[in-house]
Amino acid sequence: MAVKSDTFPKLLLENARRFGDRPAIREKEFGIWQTWNWRQVADEVRALACGFAARGFKRGDRVAIVGDNRPRLYWTMAAAQSIGGVPVPTYQDAVAEEIQYVLEHAEVKFVVAEDQEQVDKILDVQERCPSLREIFFDDTRGMRKYDQSRLIDFEVLQREGREFDQKNPDYFVQQVEQGKGEDVAILLYTSGTTGRPKGVVLTHDNVLITARNGIEFDHLTQDEEVLAYLPMAWVGDHIFSYAQSYVSGFCVSCPENASTVMHDLREIGPTYFFAPPPIFESLLTNVMIRMEDAARISQIIFTYFMRVARSVGPKILAKEAVSIKDKWLYKLGHLLVYGPLKNTLGMSRIQLAYTAGEAIGPDIFDFYRSLGINIKQLYGQTEASVNVTLQPDGEVYPDTVGKPAPQVEIKIADDGEVLYRSPGVFQCYFKNEAETREIKTEEGWVHTGDAGFIDDRGHLKIIDRAKDVGKLNDGSIFAPKYVENKLKFFPHIKEVVAFGDGRDYCAVMVNIDMEAVANWAERNNISYASYQELAARPEVYQLIEDGVSKVNEELAADPNLAASQIRRFLVLHKELDADDGELTRTRKVRRRFIADKYRTLVDALYSDKKSCFIETEVAFEDGRTGSISADLQIRDLNVYTDLKKAS
Amino acid sequence: MEGDRKFGDPILEVQDINLSFGGVTALEGVSFDILNGEVRAIIGPNGAGKSSMLNVINGFYHPQQGQITYKGKTRRQMRPHHAASSGIARTFQNIALFKGMSTLDNIMTGRNTKMRKNLLWQALYLGPAKREELEHRDFVEHVIDFLEIQAIRKTPVGKLPYGMQKRVELGRALAAEPELLLLDEPMAGMNLEEKEDMCRFVLDVNDQFGTTIALIEHDMGVVMDISDRVVVLDYGKKIADGTPEEVRADQRVIEAYLGVTRDDN
Repeated sequence: MAVKSDTFPKLLLENARRFGDRPAIREKEFGIWQTWNWRQVADEVRALACGFAARGFKRGDRVAIVGDNRPRLYWTMAAAQSIGGVPVPTYQDAVAEEIQYVLEHAEVKFVVAEDQEQVDKILDVQERCPSLREIFFDDTRGMRKYDQSRLIDFEVLQREGREFDQKNPDYFVQQVEQGKGEDVAILLYTSGTTGRPKGVVLTHDNVLITARNGIEFDHLTQDEEVLAYLPMAWVGDHIFSYAQSYVSGFCVSCPENASTVMHDLREIGPTYFFAPPPIFESLLTNVMIRMEDAARISQIIFTYFMRVARSVGPKILAKEAVSIKDKWLYKLGHLLVYGPLKNTLGMSRIQLAYTAGEAIGPDIFDFYRSLGINIKQLYGQTEASVNVTLQPDGEVYPDTVGKPAPQVEIKIADDGEVLYRSPGVFQCYFKNEAETREIKTEEGWVHTGDAGFIDDRGHLKIIDRAKDVGKLNDGSIFAPKYVENKLKFFPHIKEVVAFGDGRDYCAVMVNIDMEAVANWAERNNISYASYQELAARPEVYQLIEDGVSKVNEELAADPNLAASQIRRFLVLHKELDADDGELTRTRKVRRRFIADKYRTLVDALYSDKKSCFIETEVAFEDGRTGSISADLQIRDLNVYTDLKKAS
Repeated sequence: MEGDRKFGDPILEVQDINLSFGGVTALEGVSFDILNGEVRAIIGPNGAGKSSMLNVINGFYHPQQGQITYKGKTRRQMRPHHAASSGIARTFQNIALFKGMSTLDNIMTGRNTKMRKNLLWQALYLGPAKREELEHRDFVEHVIDFLEIQAIRKTPVGKLPYGMQKRVELGRALAAEPELLLLDEPMAGMNLEEKEDMCRFVLDVNDQFGTTIALIEHDMGVVMDISDRVVVLDYGKKIADGTPEEVRADQRVIEAYLGVTRDDN
């Protein structure tokens, strides 16, 4: 076999030869899926690249891409890369100021925007982007009234490109040939929860090697179907919908618009699918809500076969042996329940689904796996061109993120932080030497900022952000978020604050989920007049205690975390609220602030008191403040000491 | 709105319209014109005769007196089918859609006046009828795209929220490729976001297709924002006519409509 194409444009030309008439990309427009085959895509990209050249684009210049997943925007990436430029996709829902930062920081010369909405944002900030020369737009709707001197229709650009191409027939191929694997392929700005976004510089080698490894790891073929619906600026979309499509030649479909994604999912029936946990979660919730309205008989069938699925499904998926009776029951269940359900979810054909980004609830994870949907977790970062660890088939556990991906090395620092090194590791942060050096060592190891460990199966387990991880007084590691997340997977628990750093043991404060607990109380004939009263009911305490106990049991099974078992807990009398400063606006608990505000409670948790009186100031929605007081009980729990208790 | 918008000749003129139901006078000597390409608002308190005026324009009501000049042709009265086939489309104050039919089918009914093949041909669905159907479907899909209602293409209209139904109704009117679009309270009962969307669509229709628009609206903010000229009715009589600024400053309008004097700026 000849030398593998080492850049995207070379791959595109190769695909146009190899796959020719096979579909490369689809978009639903005017109710019909429009398809472009690989040859047509190569042709469109060529016209576009020449159009850029005709308008004075030089090697090394940067093109920003602003909009939803659209074929033309994907072509823009390839076109820019063809002539040595660097595409800079931005988040389509970013406000003008955020886009302005990227345009200015990346010194963008051209912008390709999807529609009027995006163009408006750029026009708002264009004065502050001195390098910006021209703006191109895909959708002409509403654009008639605009001053067209710096605003150019995408079609006009391509027409100019075709003219340019006729006059300089060798230009395009020459430019493509000049590209090398170590050239910069893309600049991806990380959304950055703290501070300004950073521009991650990735080369063709970074992205293509990672994409190839992923394809080999999961045996993906040219026949996959993928729906491109996650932001183009996100590295995951770049790998799944762009890089892997170019490498293996599968077709990517772009939804009609953001609100039709679920319809389009059903029509396309992807075989390879990525979604962050909240999407899987909301799909499941929808199913459950609809089942509650279903006829009694349907409910009985559904409940029965879901129980079968939960016990048998994961085993069948892992190709383990099951009894003949179970096998047939599962088949019947597929006919009656799982098949139609998967069809409704648009998951009939899924061979492989990935989730990443945050911990997924084991219940949700198991639900999909029991239906026979091969959902797996991965751990990745923009800085790694996504893949750091992947779950191999047959070794899928809800509590790990898998084994190191091919060619990825992982090591755990003394403080528990996970470091990795791989061919996908980014070059640097654009124009940010200092931060690059902070994250990436001389030898190419990258600090993830996450703490974790490798368990005895060789799987990586991420437990918390490294900076939040502390130590108990006996020296064992304490990861508050890991404990909190485990508890939060229980439907009755809304928020949890875990303490333990520099203490003798772990103790938690729990917020009940009003909706779920109220529902539970109603069904169990427990009366209450207020949140505070409900939270203090002994029955509710018992409910929470059961959950905490279960978490302890799970923690005990893990030698690294057994010491973090929860010894004492209390249920808070008020809901933690961003207005009171207890949560961030994105609903993350502010542990330090809470520890300070509820100092008396924390002290009580670390004493032998059975209850504690507290008076708290609260802010009402109209801005007034008041205070509520309560006498909170504190419960003690037994911890599991015998690690192999399960037997 | 940007300053100098230029409009053509009147597309429609009503002169001295008198309409009464039995002893009740709904309209009395109303005259005004609508210029080609403008957004014209008709406002007034409840019972002022706004909807009656719209119904006169598209031939639902026949005035006892007066004449209507539409595209140079003067008539005593309009007939609904005449209005429809000569390029006047409308939406209704109380949504008048086929609740059991999908969004797509509802909008398709708007193409009715454009269909040339007869019922038999359509039932057979052969060659020419099929081609025609495809053309219409294509147009309807453009309308759906324009109004951004792809996600509800196949949803029965009765299941849609009110704001969406209004949008579908606008879609059906647009499907008739009107030259003059009459909107009867397009934003009634909508929340702020839905109103903003609707405003944008109205302006886009006007801008993109050059469609002349006459709308009745209660929301003064909307009227002042999107219309080029406003005619004010009260008790069936015209009491003011002019740009939003002029109308807003008119003492009779303030008394009749806005009730109290207030400073909006």
